[in-house]
Amino acid sequence: MTQTTGKILGWILGTALATGFVVVMGQLAIVPAMKAMPPGETTATGLAEVLFYVIAGLTIAGAAGVALSRNILYSAIGLLAALLGAGALYVFLAADFLAVAQLLVYIGGVLVLVLFAVMLTNRITEITVSNASLGLWGGAMLFVAVAPVLLAVALVTPWETITPAAAAYTTETIGDGLLTRWLLPFEIASMVLLATLVGAVVIARKEIKAD
Amino acid sequence: MATTPKRPPLSPRAVVLITLIVGVALPGALFALILVLSAATKPLVVEALIRKFAEVDPATWPYTTLVSWGSVVVLALILLTFGAVISGMTVWWEMRVSARMQSRIGYNRAGAAGFFQWIADAVKLLFKEDLIPAEADRMLFRVAPYFVMTGFALTFVALPFGESLIAADLNVGIFYLVSVTALVVVGILLAGWSSNSKWALFGGMRSAAQVVSYEIPAGLATMVPILMAGTLSMQGIVRAQGAWPWQWFVFTNPAATVAFAVFFIAQLAEGNRTPFDLPEAESELVAGYLSEYSGFRFAIYFLVEFGNLWVMGAIAATLFLGGWQIPGVGPEVYAAAKGAGALPAPGWWGLQALSMVVMVVKTLVVLNLIVWVRWTLPRIRIDQMMTLCWKYLVPVAFVTFVFTLLWQVLVARQPALSTISGWVMFAGFVVVTLLFARQTRANIAAAGDHVDMTNW
Repeated sequence: MTQTTGKILGWILGTALATGFVVVMGQLAIVPAMKAMPPGETTATGLAEVLFYVIAGLTIAGAAGVALSRNILYSAIGLLAALLGAGALYVFLAADFLAVAQLLVYIGGVLVLVLFAVMLTNRITEITVSNASLGLWGGAMLFVAVAPVLLAVALVTPWETITPAAAAYTTETIGDGLLTRWLLPFEIASMVLLATLVGAVVIARKEIKAD
Repeated sequence: MATTPKRPPLSPRAVVLITLIVGVALPGALFALILVLSAATKPLVVEALIRKFAEVDPATWPYTTLVSWGSVVVLALILLTFGAVISGMTVWWEMRVSARMQSRIGYNRAGAAGFFQWIADAVKLLFKEDLIPAEADRMLFRVAPYFVMTGFALTFVALPFGESLIAADLNVGIFYLVSVTALVVVGILLAGWSSNSKWALFGGMRSAAQVVSYEIPAGLATMVPILMAGTLSMQGIVRAQGAWPWQWFVFTNPAATVAFAVFFIAQLAEGNRTPFDLPEAESELVAGYLSEYSGFRFAIYFLVEFGNLWVMGAIAATLFLGGWQIPGVGPEVYAAAKGAGALPAPGWWGLQALSMVVMVVKTLVVLNLIVWVRWTLPRIRIDQMMTLCWKYLVPVAFVTFVFTLLWQVLVARQPALSTISGWVMFAGFVVVTLLFARQTRANIAAAGDHVDMTNW
């Protein structure tokens, strides 16, 4: 009984907070931002633009799938869609190297390992497995805490539209950058990987006892 | 019940003729279409074509975008068709070679030398029931083959066919090719899990472990030609090599010869080819991740598996074996043959066709080598597979990588080194090949047999 009451209370509070948040943000950020937009600017809806919205939709749908799916394996597939979409968005930003690196590292490495780990567990279809401690209430609180910041950043920042040069290949620039200006962060990041490797070995190794 | 009148059988001569015509015309037509379309879909050429045939200014013509996108779609369809056809023909070739190697007859019913068998098999698979096991995860079971097919189809984007014959000469070409294979692994894992069968799950897990492990030596070995060429672009890597065998990357750097061997072995493992076909091991896992598949979806897996042989051959030829380079034809010859206009001259098309022939021959040689390996070596155990990768191939690949770094510094100071290495390694290769042929002859003679090429 108390559980149900708590849930209902949580729902009501969450809804109220969400509504309030939408109203406040609408007053504070969205309306001024709409006003600030140049009015008569016509946007050419070319094939590329349509493609962009399709890919952005795929990314968001994938992300929603990760969060909402009841089957943890379907969540992994949602992650695949989200990561692929993000990689495709890099292509739109003319970041060719980054797009392919996204594909290799996240799909070829991270996602395959996630699938591997998921398949080794046997409680795949139980929804209670994932973060049962906080539930809806915690989620709503987190949403209210994070969403205004993100939305404000998205709306307040004066975004610049830069048309990338036709054939601006990024591979050489990235290589130069990693070995000159950003060498120290690069090497420190490799220390993190080394620590991870050592940790994995420590966890995985078995003591061999001499009988 | 009325019996349908039996068609009089074709004369053997007519069967051979029809087989030859189809066997030459089908791939020939596809190669010709790839030749024309991959050169004609470049924006500048499209604009020039519009100016010539529609006699309008492409900048103001409303259908310019439509035509250029449409031509790309047609090229994509042709490349996919090529992948499917070459996959089928590889099946036929593999079955003929294996039959010869095992003293069997092999395919010999449909068409001369059973050449039409792959078409018959494909049609049969399309008509079979697409069974989905009752306990399977229906959605993932249906979706898994599409991942595999997508991973395969995407490789053709950056696969070179000739000097200017590539769908898209990506600046990150080889990096892209290495990374799209990831989708195949995802598909295989999903197939293994969604079938809800222990054999399939074992197969899927084995496959993922194998591919993820062998990606490391394959990637490191790929770094060797990338370092030597100084670019990730497939065409750039080919352009950095010479046309004669002693100018190929595989010979101009002693470490690259080793890297080629590592790369070849790792590619076999990534393609699930014997001796690394543990994921399908029919003697222990029924058919591994394929166990529960039938009909069309089963056909997709096989299409990808055999189509991958072409992809493997083309990548190996590009990275190490000089790609499409024609002896004595440098970039200035192409430029001269192309002429000043936006539309290339006829001589240029001839050169392109020749470069395509060179590339196809090299690819087929590597493809044939892969087939030989499959029917020569037995399947290895899973612990041997892991040992080979982590204890031998990975360290060796690291050594070749570091050696190449030093080698490039040396070559920059003393360019003659790479020429000398090219000659020495090529001479060594010729000697080893001759010794191998002699030993083979001696072995055949010792068994009281003789070399016989007539019984095809």
